Amino acid sequence: MSALLEVKGLQVHYGGIQAVKGIDLDVHEGELVTLIGANGAGKTSTLNALSGLLKPAAGSITFAGQPLAGMPVHQLITAGLALVPEGRGVFPRLTVAENLAMGAYVRADQAEVRKDLDRMFGLFERLHERRDQKAGTLSGGEQQMLAIGRALMGRPRMLLLDEPSMGLAPLMVQKIIAVIRQVAAEGMTVLLVEQNARLALQAAQRAYVMEGGRISFSDTAHACLNDPRVRAAYLGE
Amino acid sequence: MKSRYLPLLLVVGIAALPFVTDIALGRSWVRLLDFALLYAMLALGLNIVVGYAGLLDLGYVAFYAVGAYSYAMLASPHIGIHLPLYVLLPTGALLAAAFGALLGAPTLGLRGDYLAIVTMGFGEIIRIFLRNLSITNGPAGIDLIDPIAIGGFSFSASHTLFGFTLPGIYNYYFLFVGLTTLILLMSKRLEGSRIGRAWAAIREDEIAAKAMGLNTKNLKLLAFAMGATFGGISGVLFAGFQGFVSPESFTMNESVMILCMVVLGGMGHLRGVLLGALLLAILPEAFRPLAQLQQSAFDQVYLDPANLRMLLFAVALIAVMILRPEGLWPSPVRKRELHDKEGDDRPLPPSGQPTGSDSVPGHTGVSAADAGGVA
Repeated sequence: MSALLEVKGLQVHYGGIQAVKGIDLDVHEGELVTLIGANGAGKTSTLNALSGLLKPAAGSITFAGQPLAGMPVHQLITAGLALVPEGRGVFPRLTVAENLAMGAYVRADQAEVRKDLDRMFGLFERLHERRDQKAGTLSGGEQQMLAIGRALMGRPRMLLLDEPSMGLAPLMVQKIIAVIRQVAAEGMTVLLVEQNARLALQAAQRAYVMEGGRISFSDTAHACLNDPRVRAAYLGE
Repeated sequence: MKSRYLPLLLVVGIAALPFVTDIALGRSWVRLLDFALLYAMLALGLNIVVGYAGLLDLGYVAFYAVGAYSYAMLASPHIGIHLPLYVLLPTGALLAAAFGALLGAPTLGLRGDYLAIVTMGFGEIIRIFLRNLSITNGPAGIDLIDPIAIGGFSFSASHTLFGFTLPGIYNYYFLFVGLTTLILLMSKRLEGSRIGRAWAAIREDEIAAKAMGLNTKNLKLLAFAMGATFGGISGVLFAGFQGFVSPESFTMNESVMILCMVVLGGMGHLRGVLLGALLLAILPEAFRPLAQLQQSAFDQVYLDPANLRMLLFAVALIAVMILRPEGLWPSPVRKRELHDKEGDDRPLPPSGQPTGSDSVPGHTGVSAADAGGVA
């Protein structure tokens, strides 16, 4: 089976430095894969290249057999790739329901969109309670849920999550990870970029460990959790 | 029952307004009403750019100028062409829209202050061109412009209706009321449409809007072009109404004034913008009697009435902005936006549980299980 997302020899320059120095990475249909690494390892630059915010200096990115390089950001969702940006990026002054509706902006099947809206409210009860509240008044964790729900409203084939645990208290991080696992269990392909290695490894099936702009290690998440090098470097042991 | 008769009352009130004004204040005030309506159309146009899409435009008067000059040049002895309104109104609107897109294209990457400066420059470029080109007759402007006429009906001539003789300013009043209503309805439809919601999303968070699949470039261009269209239409009407155009009518002060109307009334809220436009168009005139007041009180005019008027006008503006930063009649959304300082107004959820308890203050990104820091 060929991979849904395939990255080959990707190099990305960011602010004059080479942030990503040639990485290979692939994600298969239905997988939950995580990309972990410390601050400045090149995770965000990789993701920005995937989502079209940064232009790769070299290498190829293929999504569902289609090259992604040079594709404008706004066409990604039509191609089937939904980005949940770092820092959540909800529309703070629109209501929860309006935010979710925005996620389905490119879809024409209004009846199905309404069904999906109900589905999201089923998946995220907190959002249902606050459907007419403006998104800016939600807590950080609720905003993250909203951002994920909004991305799902576009019916993507794959979800790109950038640091969903950022700025959240430990208890809420657990909840968000549970949500991501549930979404993945329902068949969604997910690439989770995380600094919180332990949680990401507990949720994912496979993992890539990034260090100094290179993939230093990749294996199943279980193997990573038990690898002494990963434990020493990222799990604080 | 009140709501049932309100629309009827409004129609009667609007229809009676010029007659009442004429009797109570004099004919020059009816003319002022006409101008106020032209400003209302301009403010509604700018509201699309500033209020809906959140793009600060300080050169909006350029589109008014494009509309006015397109009519002036094609319906006057200046070149010797006299085209009818049904040709010139769409021409002015389309030309202004084209200029709107022309301005929009190079500014797409700019936001906030930078965008304001570039648009301001654009406004000045247009004015200086009009002043220096011979085809626009330079600083002297274009005179003897045909009055607006539909079929054989000239709006500038007096017409007799039911035995009453109505001078031109009345005709224009009703024409402008009609067109303002039309622009108001179009804006209303636009606001609730797919495009309107997309503009709101861009105003809120451009990157997130892109991630939702919004083509932000095209949507911003559309906002500039739509806003410019209304500006162009107002310009055409202005040229026909005034019978004379010159570059002096399209200075940056006008752009600032139109922006003030939008901001003062309540950005993005149609009724507020309309109120702001009418108020700011009429207010400077309302301060005019102050000179006579000075004369009678002190036997001497200490302050030049023109300056005094502008001073009071400025004080009134500042007072409003301090006391009601969201505008006189804001939209509920805008009101929330301006009174929202990083969630200090979080309402309690219906269940009574406080929200926000799960956020780490300051979003430092450090959580218990995170042990990064290894290079």
